[in-house]
Amino acid sequence: MKRYVIIGNGAAAVGCIEGIRSLDGEGGITVISEEARPVYCRPLISYYLEGKTDPERMKYRPDGFYEENGCRALYGRRAAAINPEKKTVSLDDGSSLPYDALCVAAGSRPFVPPFAGLETVKRKFTFMTLDDALALEGALTPDARVLIVGAGLIGLKCAEGILARVGSVTVCDLADRVLSSILDGDSAAPVQAHLETRGIRFLLGDTAVRFEENRAYMKNGDTADFDLLVLAVGVKANAELVKDAGGRVNHGVVINEKGETSLPDVYAAGDCAEGYDASLGANRVLAILPNASLQGRTAGVNMAGGDAALDNAIPMNAIGFFGLSVMSAGVCDGEMTTEREGGAIKRFFVKDGLLKGFILVGALERAGIYTSLIRERIPLDTVDFELTKKTATSLIFSPEIRRQKFGGVV
Amino acid sequence: MKRVYVKEEWCLGCHLCEYNCAFANSNLEAMTSLKGKKIFPRIHVEGGERITFAVSCRHCLDPLCVKSCIAGAISRREGVVVIDRQKCVGCLTCVLVCPYGALAPGEDGAMQKCELCLGSGRGEPACVAGCPNGAIVYEERSESE
Repeated sequence: MKRYVIIGNGAAAVGCIEGIRSLDGEGGITVISEEARPVYCRPLISYYLEGKTDPERMKYRPDGFYEENGCRALYGRRAAAINPEKKTVSLDDGSSLPYDALCVAAGSRPFVPPFAGLETVKRKFTFMTLDDALALEGALTPDARVLIVGAGLIGLKCAEGILARVGSVTVCDLADRVLSSILDGDSAAPVQAHLETRGIRFLLGDTAVRFEENRAYMKNGDTADFDLLVLAVGVKANAELVKDAGGRVNHGVVINEKGETSLPDVYAAGDCAEGYDASLGANRVLAILPNASLQGRTAGVNMAGGDAALDNAIPMNAIGFFGLSVMSAGVCDGEMTTEREGGAIKRFFVKDGLLKGFILVGALERAGIYTSLIRERIPLDTVDFELTKKTATSLIFSPEIRRQKFGGVV
Repeated sequence: MKRVYVKEEWCLGCHLCEYNCAFANSNLEAMTSLKGKKIFPRIHVEGGERITFAVSCRHCLDPLCVKSCIAGAISRREGVVVIDRQKCVGCLTCVLVCPYGALAPGEDGAMQKCELCLGSGRGEPACVAGCPNGAIVYEERSESE
């Protein structure tokens, strides 16, 4: 009987468990969970603060998931080291677990730059886990002034989640626009404007350089006073376990399309891993839940002796704010075209006859058809791309392709 | 497993399937109540002047929506892809990833999709039963499951 060990207990771990169990119903699976709770939907913590969900509904899998899948979950335990020669994982309590196949699905952690004076700030928070959200919630008051450092996905979802529960929300970012990792200049502007109409204040192209208790000193000389500080500058892959064990690590644990690291029988998946991005044509950390799930599944199948490869992973983000949807996928690389209708923006990036990326602001209908053009690398000269730039529709495909899609089992 | 298939050469583009779906998934007593209202069907007709076809969930063997849902709200039960609308927070990730354009927000903002009218006790989906030209069928086709 094979012994499987998974470090981490998020979406990648679940994908891995389900991948293993798709082939191997017998082998023992041990999950090392630093958080003392069953897997939950981390991306929903802002929706929780907004009152759109609750911890019961945030469960990523039903109660009984571990039991039904023959998993032993070690809650509140942390993996301290991997010994690839002995094929063991040692834990923070001094015990050690032998493995035949190991998956490192250790996720990421908030990256907090060494701001001067940060230690003088009494009420400061990060925004990554449910515990983070609960701690922040405990500090929210109707008149609290909140400063969020970072106008990325995490910072802005946090802003949306807490806005109705505090006095004011100010977001600062060194970038000159919101969501700089997924939006370019003039597609970010309407998103910022929409958030501003709801009352969120922005300090962009500027960042805090020093803190003194309840005051941030900004780079351009201004100051910003706050009661609560949220640090959402970025995240860092938890790749140290593999690095210390001698495995190859770049921005994350380097994996191939099968989910294998450079260490024998050690796999990695999710936010801690750096896998192939088909839109970029190179490896990078794709810290999104769908990717964690897909990479975890791939690793799990291969750990159980199967033959799975993930060769079409791309960045894909759907993120709405107060009713305005923002979607992006792939890379902003190649020839850019923009369609505008009403207030909506559809922006496409084409290179080498392939769709490489898109940005949709205020448009969402059937967006997955665009995503499929990127993921499946469909040559644009085989479809009516001019038509689909205006409306995402399967009419762009040939009747034969449509027969396959809608007349067969897919 | 039986699924919904479309024969686009027979589709009239009449949009009746959309009304039959919206009605079947409502609590209304008469379909006439839908007149003049914006409807939120789980099947929709796409097309141009010459070609029209209805699109609903393909119930894929390896559904990307299930793996992508950040709320753990979409799952596959005995081959049928179902959504727990109580868990859905309306993030639209499933809309972003479905290659067929088969998911869309419902009236309340939570996503919805075709679940084959399995809870209705009618034996076949309302869109199929009501298609005047037999362009939508509910049948078993070969799969390599």
